[in-house]
Amino acid sequence: MAAHLSYGRVNLNILREAARKELREFLDKCAGSKAIVWDEYLTGPFGLIAQYSLLKEHEVEKMFTLKSGRLPSADVKNIIFFVRPRLELMDIIAENVFSEDKLHSSRDFHILFVPRRSMLCEQRLKEQGVLNSFINIDEYILDLIPYDGDLLSMEYESAFRECYLENDQTSLYHTAKGLMTLQALYGTIPQIYGKGDCARHVANMMLRMKREFAGSQNQILPVFDTLLLLDRNVDLLTPLATQLTYEGLIDEIYGINNGYVKLPPEKFAQKKQGEASKDLPTEPKKLQLNSAEELYAEIRDKNFNAVGAALSKKAKIISAAFEERHNAKTVGEIKQFVSQLPHMQAARSSLANHTSVAELIKDITTSEAFFDNLTVEQEFMTGVDTDKVNTYIEDCIAQKDPLIKILRLVCMQSVCNNGLKQKVLDYYKREILQTYGYEHILTLNNLEKASLLKPQTSSRNNYPTIRKTLKLWMEDANEQNPNDISYVYSGYAPLSIRLTQVLARPGWRSIEEVLKMLPGPHFEERQQLPSGLHKKRQQGENRTTLVFFLGGVTYAEIAALRFLSQMEDSGMEYIIATTKLINGTTWIKSLMDRPESQTP
Amino acid sequence: MMKSKTDEEDYWNSSKFKAFTFDDEDDEFSRLKESKQAVNSIRRLVEEDDDEDDVEKVSWSGEPVGSISWSVRETAASNQRTDRDPAFPRIPADTLVSKSQSGYSLSSLFKGATGRTKGGSFTDSLSESSVRLYAPELRKPKSEYKDYVSDWSPEETVQRMQQGKVVSLEKFRSLQDKLLLLDFAVSAHDGNVITAVLIYLKRTLSKEVLFRELESRQTALRHFIHYLTESREQKLLLELLRVLGRTEDMALLQYKEHLSIADENKRRDFLKSCLSLPFSAEDAAHVQDHYTLLERQIIIEATDRQAERGGKVEIFQKFPRRASILNMPLITTLYYCCFYHYTESEGTYSSPLNIRQTFRISEKQYFVTALAARAKLKEWSDVDALFTSRNWLGFTRKKSPLSFQRVVDILQKNSAPTQVLQEYVGLVDDADLRISLAQKHKCHDIIINTYRDMKDRQLLAGYRGKVERGSPEERKIDQLLNNTVRRGGAPHGQHHVT
Repeated sequence: MAAHLSYGRVNLNILREAARKELREFLDKCAGSKAIVWDEYLTGPFGLIAQYSLLKEHEVEKMFTLKSGRLPSADVKNIIFFVRPRLELMDIIAENVFSEDKLHSSRDFHILFVPRRSMLCEQRLKEQGVLNSFINIDEYILDLIPYDGDLLSMEYESAFRECYLENDQTSLYHTAKGLMTLQALYGTIPQIYGKGDCARHVANMMLRMKREFAGSQNQILPVFDTLLLLDRNVDLLTPLATQLTYEGLIDEIYGINNGYVKLPPEKFAQKKQGEASKDLPTEPKKLQLNSAEELYAEIRDKNFNAVGAALSKKAKIISAAFEERHNAKTVGEIKQFVSQLPHMQAARSSLANHTSVAELIKDITTSEAFFDNLTVEQEFMTGVDTDKVNTYIEDCIAQKDPLIKILRLVCMQSVCNNGLKQKVLDYYKREILQTYGYEHILTLNNLEKASLLKPQTSSRNNYPTIRKTLKLWMEDANEQNPNDISYVYSGYAPLSIRLTQVLARPGWRSIEEVLKMLPGPHFEERQQLPSGLHKKRQQGENRTTLVFFLGGVTYAEIAALRFLSQMEDSGMEYIIATTKLINGTTWIKSLMDRPESQTP
Repeated sequence: MMKSKTDEEDYWNSSKFKAFTFDDEDDEFSRLKESKQAVNSIRRLVEEDDDEDDVEKVSWSGEPVGSISWSVRETAASNQRTDRDPAFPRIPADTLVSKSQSGYSLSSLFKGATGRTKGGSFTDSLSESSVRLYAPELRKPKSEYKDYVSDWSPEETVQRMQQGKVVSLEKFRSLQDKLLLLDFAVSAHDGNVITAVLIYLKRTLSKEVLFRELESRQTALRHFIHYLTESREQKLLLELLRVLGRTEDMALLQYKEHLSIADENKRRDFLKSCLSLPFSAEDAAHVQDHYTLLERQIIIEATDRQAERGGKVEIFQKFPRRASILNMPLITTLYYCCFYHYTESEGTYSSPLNIRQTFRISEKQYFVTALAARAKLKEWSDVDALFTSRNWLGFTRKKSPLSFQRVVDILQKNSAPTQVLQEYVGLVDDADLRISLAQKHKCHDIIINTYRDMKDRQLLAGYRGKVERGSPEERKIDQLLNNTVRRGGAPHGQHHVT
């Protein structure tokens, strides 16, 4: 499972190994047999770090989910709670410990906070009178989780909301810490670029932390040449647009969580001979999605319109491979064929899966509703009629389409128009509140605070200038054989990635004007390397840039960066890091104040 | 590879509480697993061997803890016990922090802690006691805390806190010292430490002084606001926002409280109390509407519930109400009133016209809603009247604030019969759109008339094959085809006089 982490330019398996080592060390501190009680949310991220055979090697015999009431019985010496530092979880733990203690006084309790311990939580445990029941209270610093060979995420869901709405920079502190860890493993990154207030803040913290550890020089040869820190609010437009790559669409439609997607089972029903195919499976089909799967690695970043062709090409290759058996005459040849069979079977089943997924997606992308929505998005992105009330949005409200869909569109119109005319904004707001409920005043206010929705203050609309200078719209986007990143949105080139691309060549100096129109400062910092660690670059050797998206990144943006890495003349390889993998829907959702979130 | 898989299965199967299902019963799942293993094994032939991979073939891919079947079993096995024993011994926990020193290989260098917590309710006593984690209780023998009586400077104290060591904050008594401590905490950027210091300051400083000092320390202020939000100290938070002059934030925060009030009368009264809050002008209007709406809903709900129980009002017997109208959005309420109270005079609270006027509902919204409600009831005369009544210039044309295509769409969704649909399909201006809609809804007359007006014999002849044999439609086509298509044929549907 982890091998795919080491295929890339930077061996991210090292980071994973370090995390595993810490986990082992913690487990060994609790000597004897153990049961782990999980905060369910953590099982996803942990699955990316360790499989449970590791836990078993360290005497973990049972695992439970954290829930109130009494702990299930288990004949173990240690009970370890793996939890996020959240107050409501502390109450559950307290309850567990209370009901447990009377029955088995001999079991030892431990808590492992992920990713940090928190005073408030410990205090809560103390109030509940259970703090002393714990032998060990520790933290497991899991800042950056390796997702794939070129992808790291903190899975810090509320990062954007905290940074841009609540002005709380705790997530940035974690980001800086995570980057320090990364540098401890992969060497000091000599060049830091950034755009945005949060980027500036993170860079400052990093430089400061480095000064504090000035005594211990990092002696590792730098793997990364450059770090680029980008604030999400520098590019608010991109996540609002519907992603059109294969992986992006899977995420938009079904949602990818910790590398897994759950799909409706119908299309995966196996038609077996001699079996009634009547009863369809009712449990969702769960698929793991990462570059360990050859076919997926090949098609994930393609525009969806090019996926069909890729799949059928693959099908032909596989059939041809199976046909080879007729040519196998000698024992040796037959042996060789047989030895390849498992691989071929696997390829075939992978193909079957992705054909089914592609079918599911195609049903949606060919629908009228999808087409209409996309048309309006593209009108906004190209600057058509962004200054008046849009009939399609109006109709969608009248039909009571999901609120998030409406918000995505209205925000997009606002961003593409550098704010809406007061009259237009008021109209949308009234329609939304009347149709979806007045309590959404809170959500609308949040969107305004995050600048996703705003009244036009100056008469000047910057967006067309930005669009033209950065070539955000490409009329002739080639979906099948792309020659530009704009293929990921069938015409729209994500602003964030354009900034990254321009930085590599010809440099940001060429777009000073545009940079000034985007929020926050842009800057460049250098970190001194100890002599002897300066890289001697081979002729034609690519440089490596770590792009860190503060506040989230979409799969389509990742696809665009991978495309740039693969371009022959780009001379740059990109590794991507983020606070959270997002799409427009999860992103807007994180900014909403919903009634249901009120009841814990 | 297979060995470790078997191992794991044994392991889980032997566990009474099977948390992770590695052995999926479902055949296709296991096939996928097989194929993945196969893919991996081939890859290893080609590429470097990696021991680690062996065990990972069958990865953490089963349903994580909490799969339904598992949860059920677990619940069955455990008694839900929530009662606590108040006599549980409480032992001071000051030793805790020092115990936490872990020997982390890598990140111990960057060790820090965080104040991030979410949700949960907080009692006020927290602020009293939380500092004690750093500050030893005074009644304890001195020998127990000799480690922390050492005279640490504010800067050293913050550093020790960052490292998770025991420190005493109590000795920072002067305002100057306390603020110094806060400033060092802030410059360390460690949220957990900042929060700890803030809790101490909150306990030992008067509100006025604390608020004043925080005003010039924006980072600390944000952490304090966050802390108050998390710990649900609403009153203090509102006060702070007021002092800071962030009145709109304060108003919204107060307004948000209504979401946690379940009782409708209490909620209404609360909303009423919100009306005087310093909202922005537009928000004030929305909050006013919110209050007015709930007030009305309570009245309508009471009346209608009674009417429904009384069993004398026909509409409630024929279409029993599926849910209460309380707390529903305005448009849903309008729909409800168009459904149950359509004909009421403008003077009543439940009259659609009254609602429309009170809440300044746009013409389009009103129209769509009324149309859908009346169509649902199959009151086609009401539907018809919607289009004609507003036409004060005369009764020659039907007018609609939304496209006739949308009208047809709404009618069709409410399963309107073909005769009704036909009338509105005929009003669609664009000929191509009209034809495609007519085809979709099988409105033959419209298609025939449109082709006739287009003077297109070929299309007309082609369409003959699509209508039923011997039907009036077929006869009509034949008639048209037999006549030479005359110039200036009869006006088509659009100009029909109603």
